[in-house]
Parts: sequence; structure tokens; C-alpha cells
Amino acid sequence: MPDNPDVPTRKPSGLVAAAGDDLEGANVRFEQVTKQFGDLVVLDQLDMEVSPGEKVVIIGPSGSGKTTILRVLMTLERPEGGTVEVGGDHLYHEQKNGRLVPASDKHVRQVRRKISMVFQHFNLFPHMTALDNVAFAPRKVLGLSKDEANERATNLLEVVGLADKVGEHPSRLSGGQKQRVAIARALAMEPEVMLFDEVTSALDPELVGEVLGVLRDLAENTSMTMLLVTHEMGFAREIGDRVMMFDAGRVVEQGPPEQIFSDPQEQRTRDFLRAVLDRG
Amino acid sequence: MLEWNLWRALLDGLWVTVQVTVLAAGLGTILSILSGLAGLSSFRAIRWANQVYVDIFRGTSAIVQLFWIFFALPLLGVTISPLMAGFITLGLNMGSYGSEVVRGAVRAVPRGQTEAAIALNLTPLDRMRHIIFPQAAVAMLPPYGNLLIELLKASALVSLITLSDLTFEAQKLRVNGTASTPVLFSLILVMYFMLALAITGLVRLAEARLSRGLEIGRGARRSS
Amino acid sequence: MSYDINWEYSRELFPDLLDGLVVTLQATSFGIILAMSLGLVFAILRRSEVRAISWPTAWVIEFIRSTPLLVQLFMLFYVLPQYGLRMDAFTTGVVALGVHYATYTSEVYRSGIEGVPRGQWEASTALNLSTVTTWSRVVLPQAIPVVIPALGNYLIAMFKEVPLLATITVLDVLGEGRAACTRTGNCVEAYTMVGMLFLAISIPSSVLVRQLEARLARQP
Repeated sequence: MPDNPDVPTRKPSGLVAAAGDDLEGANVRFEQVTKQFGDLVVLDQLDMEVSPGEKVVIIGPSGSGKTTILRVLMTLERPEGGTVEVGGDHLYHEQKNGRLVPASDKHVRQVRRKISMVFQHFNLFPHMTALDNVAFAPRKVLGLSKDEANERATNLLEVVGLADKVGEHPSRLSGGQKQRVAIARALAMEPEVMLFDEVTSALDPELVGEVLGVLRDLAENTSMTMLLVTHEMGFAREIGDRVMMFDAGRVVEQGPPEQIFSDPQEQRTRDFLRAVLDRG
Repeated sequence: MLEWNLWRALLDGLWVTVQVTVLAAGLGTILSILSGLAGLSSFRAIRWANQVYVDIFRGTSAIVQLFWIFFALPLLGVTISPLMAGFITLGLNMGSYGSEVVRGAVRAVPRGQTEAAIALNLTPLDRMRHIIFPQAAVAMLPPYGNLLIELLKASALVSLITLSDLTFEAQKLRVNGTASTPVLFSLILVMYFMLALAITGLVRLAEARLSRGLEIGRGARRSS
Repeated sequence: MSYDINWEYSRELFPDLLDGLVVTLQATSFGIILAMSLGLVFAILRRSEVRAISWPTAWVIEFIRSTPLLVQLFMLFYVLPQYGLRMDAFTTGVVALGVHYATYTSEVYRSGIEGVPRGQWEASTALNLSTVTTWSRVVLPQAIPVVIPALGNYLIAMFKEVPLLATITVLDVLGEGRAACTRTGNCVEAYTMVGMLFLAISIPSSVLVRQLEARLARQP
């Protein structure tokens, strides 16, 4: 992968220092999680476990439910059944008198603090500059002062190679730049679990590299738990600890990237990989 | 064409018209926002109460409301000056129409914005205040401008509840026979028209200021 | 100070108000006919390629649309007789209402007409259709159904503005209510009932228009 001049080489700890925290990873556990939209069952009694600091890549055909996994974790969709745990805490339930009851909003917010998400379509706030996009939530949610938040935001934007764009509005940025701002914005919240929903799928091909560069840095240099839904198989192979093939609401097979990509056991996996990699 | 005294009377009336319109616009804007947000509330009681307000004030006309508030309310023990009756009624009226404008604009903000705000763990209040509403505001401006013009037109109705606005003064002058009626009424029509143009100009200005940097607005393409 | 609602009186008042309501509905109907037809004329004139026609039309439309109907009403009522045009109050009111709302309907028609794809106009030219045929058989049949919900909302608005005619002595429902109020002093009852009669008509109408809108939106 040629070095993108836009993304400066940095010391491994740069990202961690910029985010202001250790970025320790938390574990994620799905137990019998079911999610349906009307008649369509998108997640089918899903059991899934991710260890702290693990980098898991989820692949599969569209409509398989892989994005829904992330959305349920980010509380953008509520599951109909099952439990979700993050860092040992239940997300949708809380302990009351030794029993599990549906969680209050306050509890959900508290656990949600550990999770951040980067979206396929960036979802940057168009009425704020890049700096404000990144500094806003740390100020409002984490309680940082304006100066502290701005400093963190500036550092993060520098690390993702956008030091000169801090005062720009999203409409002035390219897709790759917008996505890097989005990553900085998510990082600024000191997450223990970070979710990436097809973050390069909406980008022009020549802009994909700069974003993957940032992701690679995160994967190699932080102990954050990362879940990535992506079609970038080469990248998955490079940085993934585990690859999960998902289809029709269930895990078809999973394992280390070398195993999944070179020697898939299931037919569905083989068919999918062939279809994707044949695109050339 | 007209003596200075006549002009003075008309200008006095114009001032009252402006006052009523501005006061009603202030109240109407606040009510539009409160009512629009109430319509989006997850609490059924709030939505229901709001719907009653909107249905009553949109279902009856401003003149009926004015008469009720000015003539009927005192009999129930509430004494109220014509100015208050005027701008409160018109404000309530405008709020009921503005409600839908606000609601529609807020719903038109892309879902991704709400999702990003949730992902950042912002409270629902912060989400609305800092993320959703500022973006919705630009879309609200053109229909809001129309509502302001309607308000200006409705302000003439306060002449019927003895408030000395522009129309009332014109009527007074007509009755006194001091000026030619066609000239008089044409003149105040022109004055209303100029106020309307001023309102439209101000709204366009606000639109331009607000959408600067946002690239949201009439005809501008959204880059995602 | 307490006020006892005079239910007895409310009942007595009802027939008078109903008479007034009939007048209101009549004024609405005639106003609608005028607004819908004149509005179409305005829309077509406004789209004229002759600037000497389209430009003044646009300004006249804007002027009438942006200024109070009440003042326009007074203008017609007090001024027209001076020029020898004597119309009764009802007719004067209907004309003022119709012309005022024609400016609204003209904008609605315009958006509908502009929504008809360019290709339709070009095909008509290619087929050598006359202007009248193009308009009546090709353009309008496509333009009008789309804007029916918007028109519907303005028609309801017209119904609600008819009470202004009470200020020029027309005994519509508000006129009756007003008369009753000055006559007997039972103003709370009178105006409350006027309001309720309006709600009784405008709310179902709005619901109908919304359903119509939903049904039209479902069709391709």
C-alpha cells in the first residue's frame, strides 16, 4: 500500500495520546440476540463473543444482518430477545434485586459510553467545523472544558492527517477526509469498543487508502476492541484477529483470517468469497 | 394628495400594525416550536393535548378567534386590552400553523444525524438543541416567511376589535369623509405591500446567513 | 364575576346560526368557483412568453396575495359604488374572496403545470396539436390531479375566511352570531357556537383532504 502523503507517519502512541486515554478494550457478548423487522428475522438467536482488544472483521452478503449487529450494539436498534453485554455490564438490562430487568435510559447511556461508531455515510454535523464535530461531544458528554476539548480534537485531527482542515465545514471536505474526521470524532469519546460500518464503501476508490491507513494504525497500536463490517478483504486479512462470516442472521463460520480466506470450510463462505474476490 | 394630519393618522396606524405583527410573530414563533416539538413527543398525552390546540386554532378562522377572545372572554371575567387580545390571538393562530412547519422540517433532517448523535451519547435534549434543530431551521424559513405574511394580513382584523391599526385609521378617515376613499385604501394596500416585501427580504436574508457553510437550502446540493 | 352559560339561549340561537351557515356555504361555493377558474387564467397568463403580460400579472398576483383580504373587501364595498358598480354585499364579498384566493390557486396551478415533463410539450408540438388542445388534453389533465390536495387546503382556508364578509353586512354564520351578541348580550354562547360550527365543518374536511392526499400519493 503506497504511503498516502496526506497521512503523516506517526509514532505508535500518537493516537492514544491524542485521544487522552489508554483506550483499553472491553469484551462484547451477545447471548441469544434476536432482532426482526416485521416478519423478517435479521438476527436469529445470535451468540457471539469478542475478547477485549480483539479485532473482529464481519463479512457476508447484504441483508445478512451484519450491520444490524453493530446497530444493536450501538443501541440504534433494540433487540426483541436476548442480552448484550459490554465490558461485563448488560447494555439493555440492569440488575435489580438480583434479577435482570429492562434497563432505564440512564443505565443504557452509562454503558453506551464505552462504545463508539463510525458510519458508512459519515454523518458529520454539517453546521459545525471539523474541530467542533470532534470537540462537541467530549464537551457535552464527557464534561471537558472548551479548551480541553478543542485541544483533544486538534490533536486527533492532526493524527489522522487533517491538521490543516480543522476550521473547515464538512461540505468542503472530500469523502476520505470526512470519514477521517468521523473516526477522530468517535475516538474523542474514549471508547472501549469501536464499531466500523462499511466505512469505506461510500468512498471513491482513490480515497479508500487514506481511511484504511488510519484504521490500520488503530488496529496495530491500540488495545481497543474493534468490530468492522467491511468488503475490503485484503485489509481484513491484514489486521483482523478473527473473521466472522455472517449470513441470514447467523454466524456461518469464523476463524483467523488465514483460515477463512485460504481454506473456508462452509460452502456459503466459499461462494461468497468467490463472488467478492472475482470482482477484481 | 393628502394633508399631513391624514398622513400622521395613517403612520400612527402603521405603527400599531407593526407592533401587533411583531408581538404576534414573537409569540407565534415560540408556540410553533413548542407545538412542533410537542407533536414529535413520545408521550401520547402531550401529543394529544397539542393536537387539540392545533385543531382548534387551525379549524376556526382568526376573525372568529379574535371575536371570541375579545367579546366573550371579558364576560367570563378575563379583562384584556385590545392589543393583548389582538397579538395573543394572532400568535396562537400562527403557532398552530407553524407547528406543522417545524414538525415537517425536523422530520426531514436525515436520520443519520440522529444516529450519529446517539452514537456520541448525547442526551435527547442536546441532540435536538445542537444537532437537529439547527439543521431543520434552514428548511423552516421559506414556509415561515409565508406564515409571517399571513400574519401581517391577519393583523388588519384587529381593526374590528377597536385597535387603531392601519386599517382602523383608514376606516376612520373614510367615515370622516376627509379623503377620497379609493386613494385612501389604495394607499394602505401599498403600505401593507411594502411591509410584506420587507418581511420577505428579511427572511431571505436569514436564509442566506443560516445556510452559509451548511450548503443546505433552496437549490443547494447536499454533499454527504 | 361568574357567568352562567345560558344553554336555553344556545338552543334558540341555533336555527339563526344555521341560516348563517347556509350563507357561509353559499359564499364558499361561489368563491371556490371564481377562485378556481380565475386562478387558472392567472396561471396561464403568468406563464405567457410575452413579458408585457407575464410581468404585470406576476406583480398583480403578488400584490393581491400579500395584502389583507379585509382591506380588499372594504375597497370593493366602499369604492365600487362610487364608480357606478352596484353589487349587493354578498356578491361583493364573493368577488373579493374569489379574486384573493385566485392568486393562491394560480400559484398551485403553476407548480402543477411546471411539474409536467418538458417532453409532453415537445410531443404536442411534434404532433402538431393546437395550443388549446395541448393545454386542455395534454397538460392540464396531468397538472391538475397532482395539485388537488393543495387546492383542497386552500378551499378549506376560503371557507374559514368567509366570516370576513360579516364586516360588510353579510349575514353569514359570524354575522348572525355578532348580531345575536349585540342583541342579547349572550356573546359567549354566540361566539362559542360559531366556533364549534366551524370546527364541525373544517376538521372533517381537513381529514378528507389528508386522505385524498395519501391516496393520490400511493398511485404512481
